[in-house]
Amino acid sequence: MVTPMHHAALQRKDLIGLALAALLALLPALPAVADNSFRMHVLILILLFASMAQAWNIIGGYGGQVSFGHSVFFGIGAYGAGMAVVTYGGSPWPGILIGMLTAAVVAVLISYPCFKLSGHYFAIATFAVVEIFNRMFLVWYWVGGALGLDYPLVKEGFKNLMWYDSKTGYYYCALVLFVLVFGIVRFLERHRFGYYLRAVREGQETAESLGVNSTAVKLSAMALSAALAALCGAFFVQYNLRVDPPMVMSLDMSMKFVLVTILGGTGTLAGPLLGAAVLIPLQEYTRALWGGLGAGVDLIIFGLLIMVIVIKQPAGIGGIVRDISRRIGRRERSGRP
Amino acid sequence: MDTLLQVMLDGMLNGLLYALVAVGLCLIWGVMDVINFAHGEYLMVAMYVSYWLGFLAKIDPLISILAGGAFIFILGALTYKLIIRHTVGKPPLSALLATFGLAMLLKNLCLNRFTPNFRILSDTWLGDRTFQLGALIVPVPQLTAGILALAVVGLIFFMIRSTRFGWAVQATAMDRDAAELMGINTEKIYILVFGIGGATVGIAGGIMPTYLAVHPEVGSMFGLIAFVCVAMGGFGSIPGAFLAAILIGVVEALGGYYIAPVFKYVAVFGLYLAVVFLRPKGIFGW
Repeated sequence: MVTPMHHAALQRKDLIGLALAALLALLPALPAVADNSFRMHVLILILLFASMAQAWNIIGGYGGQVSFGHSVFFGIGAYGAGMAVVTYGGSPWPGILIGMLTAAVVAVLISYPCFKLSGHYFAIATFAVVEIFNRMFLVWYWVGGALGLDYPLVKEGFKNLMWYDSKTGYYYCALVLFVLVFGIVRFLERHRFGYYLRAVREGQETAESLGVNSTAVKLSAMALSAALAALCGAFFVQYNLRVDPPMVMSLDMSMKFVLVTILGGTGTLAGPLLGAAVLIPLQEYTRALWGGLGAGVDLIIFGLLIMVIVIKQPAGIGGIVRDISRRIGRRERSGRP
Repeated sequence: MDTLLQVMLDGMLNGLLYALVAVGLCLIWGVMDVINFAHGEYLMVAMYVSYWLGFLAKIDPLISILAGGAFIFILGALTYKLIIRHTVGKPPLSALLATFGLAMLLKNLCLNRFTPNFRILSDTWLGDRTFQLGALIVPVPQLTAGILALAVVGLIFFMIRSTRFGWAVQATAMDRDAAELMGINTEKIYILVFGIGGATVGIAGGIMPTYLAVHPEVGSMFGLIAFVCVAMGGFGSIPGAFLAAILIGVVEALGGYYIAPVFKYVAVFGLYLAVVFLRPKGIFGW
């Protein structure tokens, strides 16, 4: 049943995706973007937050388990890379791999008992996990404690995953991250596992009665989601060159995973990108425009926008796009009597 | 032994305050199945109301609790009218996210207007008074807040249990459509529940500037602890939330004193996880 679709040649959706990726890859060639490091910064953040949201989307959207605990995995990834560079003075790459593995293991250990909880009880349990990790990392001397880790100056390049002069290197890394995460989710969407995951979301009992091992499906989705979130965290710290517990392991960071995905549209491939493409420029430009007006003005506007979007369009920005395209389609049809 | 008792007493008084903060959240959650993420920020706003009344008009927090309660009653009712009402029937997280936006708005509005400075009222009626009870030292402001908490939580519990309004609230919580058919104006019930839920946290915020500093971030941790109280107590159960709040206060104090101050929240959240792993719907949940 699954096989024919699985083997189908590239579909229209994939072609659009590939065209988008090619477009994004050529973007730094434009001087308007490459010479303006603020625009570059916004683009990098869009790609990073789209990847983070897509990682969350695996378990939160397709799997229907709304986790507010992803900043823990994000933080573990960030600390993996950070400690490899700062504490052990090496290349971040082994740290990134170890961070991803650790995040997956931690995710399974935490989620196994948490998956027995439902609704708000699950959500609050994941809040609790974030707070516990936050405090532990604050006093854990080995990982740098409350002081955090500050990056030393090392040779720039791909080996150290660090650039100083221009942001183009970071941009391409973010693009690779983005294509990787979206590619994985695109593959899962049509793979047997993706169908199992959605079946579990729609009705766990029904799925089990058809022979789906729902616990195994949810746990592996969580592990994958956590490992990808850790990868995003590692990129974040390489870009930020500093990490401390409140920066990565906080409820605010967790909320960003959820917000971007839900505002874009959960359980859809395009949702995380749409959410990030709207939310991140809003956040960065309100900060740039009104950040100087006095503390908090940018966040006041941001909070207001969140309320308006949630109230006006529950299907997220993806829903708005669908509405518009439907309206255009109707006009085209009615235009030809 | 005396130290242990003293720590337990402090924890219990703190727990009573948590109960007062949590009872409104519990009521809202129980009736509407909505987590109000801005609950902690309501508390913060009420604390500012009480602080400014005390600072500018020299009104004691003991009187400002009325102003705090009234102010947050209106804020709560407005939140329902302008935000929550529009999320009914939409994905379950809509209300949580919208109120997260509201929390962000309120927090940064206060940050913008009142700066991030810590503010505390001096020379209030209760001040730093304490009295000796055997070997224990009892702080008067905390004790007063505790008694106030007992009174308010008791009143809310009585109201839901034994008044016509309370029965209407229970009926609405069980089945909104059926309640509507029985002639209950459920829209009015929702507005009042949100208002009353806000008023209780407003009362808590009203008394707190006597002994706690006010700043824009003060609500976040109280809000989070209130979520934990309510979830640990069990879906919308007021006695459950009350019991959970006392437990959390005591565990927090013991963890903070005997392990390390930074671990007190680890102990609190660890307790929540332990309870829900044993009883996935909370202590009194079903």
